[in-house]
Amino acid sequence: MDATVESMGSGSVQPITKAKATGRISDPIFVGLLWASGIFVLILLGLIIAELFQGGLPALQHFGLDFIWSSAWNPVTENFGALVMIYGTLFSAIIAVVVALPLSFGIAFFLTEIAPQPLKRPIGVAVQLLAAVLSIIYGMWGFFVIVPLMAAYVQPPLIDTIGNLPVIGALFAGPPLGSGMFTAGLILAVMILPFITAMFVETLESVPPMLKESAYGIGATTYEVYKNVSVPYGKTAMVGAIMLGLGRALGETMAVTFVIGNATRMSASLFAPGATIASTIANEFPEAAIGSLKLTSLLQLGFILFVISFIVLALSRALVRSRLD
Amino acid sequence: MASLAARRAKDTTIKAISTGFAVLAIFLLGWILWTLLARGLPALGLNVFTEVTKPPGQNGGLLNAIVGSLIQIGIAMAIGGPIGIFCGTFLAENGKGTKIGSAARFVNDILLSAPSILVGLFIYTLLVVPFGGFSGWAGSLALAILVIPVVVRTTEDMLNLVPVGLREAAFALGAPQWKVVMFITWRAARAGIVTGILLAIARAAGETAPLLFTSLGNNALSTDLSKPMASLPIAIYQFAGSPFDDWVSLAWAGALLITVGVLVLNVASRLFLARSH
Repeated sequence: MDATVESMGSGSVQPITKAKATGRISDPIFVGLLWASGIFVLILLGLIIAELFQGGLPALQHFGLDFIWSSAWNPVTENFGALVMIYGTLFSAIIAVVVALPLSFGIAFFLTEIAPQPLKRPIGVAVQLLAAVLSIIYGMWGFFVIVPLMAAYVQPPLIDTIGNLPVIGALFAGPPLGSGMFTAGLILAVMILPFITAMFVETLESVPPMLKESAYGIGATTYEVYKNVSVPYGKTAMVGAIMLGLGRALGETMAVTFVIGNATRMSASLFAPGATIASTIANEFPEAAIGSLKLTSLLQLGFILFVISFIVLALSRALVRSRLD
Repeated sequence: MASLAARRAKDTTIKAISTGFAVLAIFLLGWILWTLLARGLPALGLNVFTEVTKPPGQNGGLLNAIVGSLIQIGIAMAIGGPIGIFCGTFLAENGKGTKIGSAARFVNDILLSAPSILVGLFIYTLLVVPFGGFSGWAGSLALAILVIPVVVRTTEDMLNLVPVGLREAAFALGAPQWKVVMFITWRAARAGIVTGILLAIARAAGETAPLLFTSLGNNALSTDLSKPMASLPIAIYQFAGSPFDDWVSLAWAGALLITVGVLVLNVASRLFLARSH
């Protein structure tokens, strides 16, 4: 794809530019600026990585690699570890993806195959506007509206029924606080839903009509075509879309800070309060003095979050762009 | 294979569920907007726009936060906008097929989705610690870094839609690249680039986490960029978490304001783009 554009486009016209540009001062400056801004973005990411790593280095030197595996977080004894937050970050993000995934599959199916033409665009835009709602608004809505609902109507019946079962009951144990991992995961699910859905729709719309028509021709139903033709065709990019949703959920700060309960201890229960890396940084930063072990520990947490997000986002991009490049 | 009736029944059921999911998504959007209107509208008096933050019970407003937000967004766009447009142009025009171009495109995609709180920490260690304090400059720069990838992505996408023939025609007439880009490609993709700028403003307006570590917030009206500066998202965050009822309702008023602003920017950019095509 790129190669053809290259040979048709800038490749064939470049020599003319160069010939014409000689003797002019404005063109080298302009082209130089273009290159400089491209390189600037590269340097920017490098700087962010370097600064976060350097800022967190004292914590790493003090605790060693045990920092990652330690579940301690005690500001009084100055004993810090990242395990509880890494666990909370992954747990809440995975809940979000598990909840958002069926919804995204359904909404993408609706938007590509079911919705009547005049409704398609307005409904698609409305779903996309969920992505425009700010993180802090999700936080307030979660804190003032969803948390009381969870505490009063959703969690008590679940705790009384499933909570008493062996093994799986541990997931639904504890008091019905309303806030906690599960609520955070639900809010995150609503937040990543529009991203995943948009990429699903984009992928599904690129399925060649011939493939779908062939399936319809042998008598397949709409759902069978969706499940057996469209989704398998776009599988790679769709997995990439899910990874992007996961990456977004991992780093979400304000919404999670409002509803997760901010408890720096680990619990297997969905309803227990917890903490993510981002929520811990936002919460504890005001009490961390410059140069303190706590501050460098928070910066080290930031570096860990960066590494996790980077891996997930890079993987997502590789999958989504695999067909394009 | 299952009988035709069973397959039809399954098809209908799943269509119904999918439609239900779409309705659910719209219901959630409506619910959030309703909550904002129901709680924010009663608190949205004139004092919100004319008074600065005051202790609880004294009928304070959000003037300092609104002014601070506007200043920081303005500076962020003045810095991030041009860099973003240039970088996007680089990716669409010069960087195609080059190693640096591919790397910059990859890095930009990462920056677009990377946790914004980390950009705040980055500016904190880069500027706030060495220069001895939180400042409006630090907040503006953090927002600038966050708007760059949005502008880059939209600019590149929109320039890629400009037909190659248009550029070739200009080059054939002997125009140097700066003229081709400024008077042909940018002009052809003008609507798309403006869309990117609007979306970037919307992003800058709502970012909260990075400002916690950079401009911090300020209860007085301040336009001094070297001092801590208030912003709407930070004010909302502080007030929403406070135990005072009048502060909480002020937070809802601010939340309503900022959401309406961001949604209008989003819808406007969509309409703008749709009309120009």
